Amino acid sequence: MIKNISNLGDAAIYCDFGSEVNEKINLNVINYFYSLSELVLENKINGINNITPSYNKLIISFDLTKTNYSEVKNVLIKLKIKDNLRNNHKNIKVPVCCADEFGLDFKRLSDKVKLSKEKILELYLNKEYFCYMTGFVAGMPFLGDISEKIKCERLETPRVKVPKGSVGITEQFANIYTFESPGGWNIIGNTPLKIFDKLDLKEPALIKPGDKVSFYQISKDEYINWNE
Amino acid sequence: MSNTYFEILRSGVNTTIQDSGRNHLYHLGITVSGAIDQRNYKIANALADNKLDDAVLEFAYQGPLLKLKNGTINFSITGKIFFNIIRQNSKIEEGICYKNYILEDEDQVDIISTKNTAYGYLSVNGGFKLQKIWNSYSTNTKANIGSNNGRKYSIGDKIFIKNSYPETIKEKAIRYNESFDNIIRVIKGTNFDYFSKEAQNNFFNQEFSVTNLVDRMGIRLKGLKIENIVSSNIKSEGLVRGVIQVPADGNPIIMLSDHGTIGGYPKICTVISADLDQVGQLIPGKTIQFKEVSLEEAQNIFKAYTENTNKYLNECD
Repeated sequence: MIKNISNLGDAAIYCDFGSEVNEKINLNVINYFYSLSELVLENKINGINNITPSYNKLIISFDLTKTNYSEVKNVLIKLKIKDNLRNNHKNIKVPVCCADEFGLDFKRLSDKVKLSKEKILELYLNKEYFCYMTGFVAGMPFLGDISEKIKCERLETPRVKVPKGSVGITEQFANIYTFESPGGWNIIGNTPLKIFDKLDLKEPALIKPGDKVSFYQISKDEYINWNE
Repeated sequence: MSNTYFEILRSGVNTTIQDSGRNHLYHLGITVSGAIDQRNYKIANALADNKLDDAVLEFAYQGPLLKLKNGTINFSITGKIFFNIIRQNSKIEEGICYKNYILEDEDQVDIISTKNTAYGYLSVNGGFKLQKIWNSYSTNTKANIGSNNGRKYSIGDKIFIKNSYPETIKEKAIRYNESFDNIIRVIKGTNFDYFSKEAQNNFFNQEFSVTNLVDRMGIRLKGLKIENIVSSNIKSEGLVRGVIQVPADGNPIIMLSDHGTIGGYPKICTVISADLDQVGQLIPGKTIQFKEVSLEEAQNIFKAYTENTNKYLNECD
C-alpha cells in the first residue's frame, strides 16, 4: 500500500510504496498503475497526463489547467485497487546470442564474480525474471532479480555507445537496450528480437511492467538468420 | 489535393515538428516531447488562425531556410527571432515576430537566429500534412517516433502543407512584451534532505550558469558543488518536466520535454509550471537563481501565467 503521498512540483504526485526493491512492493505499484490507468482510459478522471510505475514509487503527472494536487490525491485515496495483473501478465521468452562479439563484458564479469562464462550463463539462463518497470528510453525493461552469485556493479566508465539489442546486467537487475545508447551495464549478449516496435501502435513495448521474462541461448547462425 | 510544400534549403540546428506533447506513454518509456516553450507555440498557432494544438515547426538557435513551392500560404513566427522573407523578385523584407504574413509561391523564409533565447516557432495556416502517432505530431528524435519518421529535418526534405491558398484570414499582430528576470521559482523536491544544509542554502543563494550541455532533454547547470550527504543514487523512479536532479558531481540538471522517463539521481527541487517556458529558453552562459515557493503559491502563479497567455491568445482573434 502507499506509505506516503506528496507533491512533485505543482503538476505531479509522488506515491511512495517503501524503500526496498522486491516483487511484492512492485506488484503493489503496478496494480495501482493499472487500476488508475483504467479510470483514465474510461475518461472517469480528468487531466491525468502520465503515470509512471517504478520499483517502489508511482508518479502521476497532470495538466494543471484541468486539475490539481488535492483533486488527484482524493482520487488516489478513494481508488479501488484491482488485482487485475495476475490475469494479464505475459510470459516472454527472449533469445540471446552470447558469442564473444556480443558478450562484451564476460571477461570483466568473470574477474569480478570469480565464475567462468559457462557458469555465469547457466545461472543467468535458468531463471524467470520479473519486469519491475519499462522506461528511461522507449521499451527498455528492468528485470530482476538475477542470481546473487553474478551480481556486479556498473562499469567504472560507461560505454559511449551500447549496441541496440544488448542484454546487460548490473546489481540485481537485467535489461535490454532497445536503442543504441550510452550505458554502463555489463553486456553479456545480444537479442535479435524486436523489444520495441514503434510501428506496432497498439503494443509497441514487448515487455511491460509485471510481465515474466526468461532468456534462452541461440547460436550466431540462428541470430543472423533470425526472422520474426 | 494541395501539393504545396516547404523545401528545406538549410536545415538549421534542430528543426522538428512539435505540438502540445504525447501523453499516457511514460510507463513504456516514451517521453512527452512537445514544444519546449508552450506559450510561444500556442501564440504562433493563434496568429495563423489555427487550433491551438496544431503542429508547428520548432527551431533552435539557427533556424531553417525554407522555400515555398506550389502555392500561397499564411504563416506566423513567434519567439525572439531574426528572420527575413526573401520575395521571388529577390526583395528582402525584415521579418517581424508575432504577426502573420502571406508567403507567395517561390518566396523564402530565412530564419537566421534566435536572439538570446533557444527556441522559436513557425505556424502555417491550415497546418502541415502530417499524421498523429499516439495522438501527437511531436517528434521524439531519441526514439525516432513521430513526424518525419522521428527525425529532425535535413537539407532537401519537404514539409507538405494542407492549404494551397490561405483562407481569407485577417492580418493579425500582437505586441508581445515579456521580460525574464533570471529568477526560477521551484518547489522543494522529494530528496531535498539528501543535501547538506550548506548545499541547500547555496542552492537558493548562489547563481548557477547554464553550461554548453543543453538540449531538448535537459539543461546542465554549473555552480558551487551541491554536496550530497546521503547517497548520490536513488532507486530509479519516474521523472517529469522541471525536475532538478543532482548527480554525484554536484551540478544540477533540469529536465525538459525529451527527458528520460525514469532517472536515478536525487531530486533536489522541481521548477514550477509557470516558469517552464522561460527555463526552456535558457541558452549557454546565462545565469539563473532559484527561489523557493509553496505549492499554493505555485498554483496561483500558474493561474496568473495562464491568464496572461490567454490575454495574448485573445488579442489574436
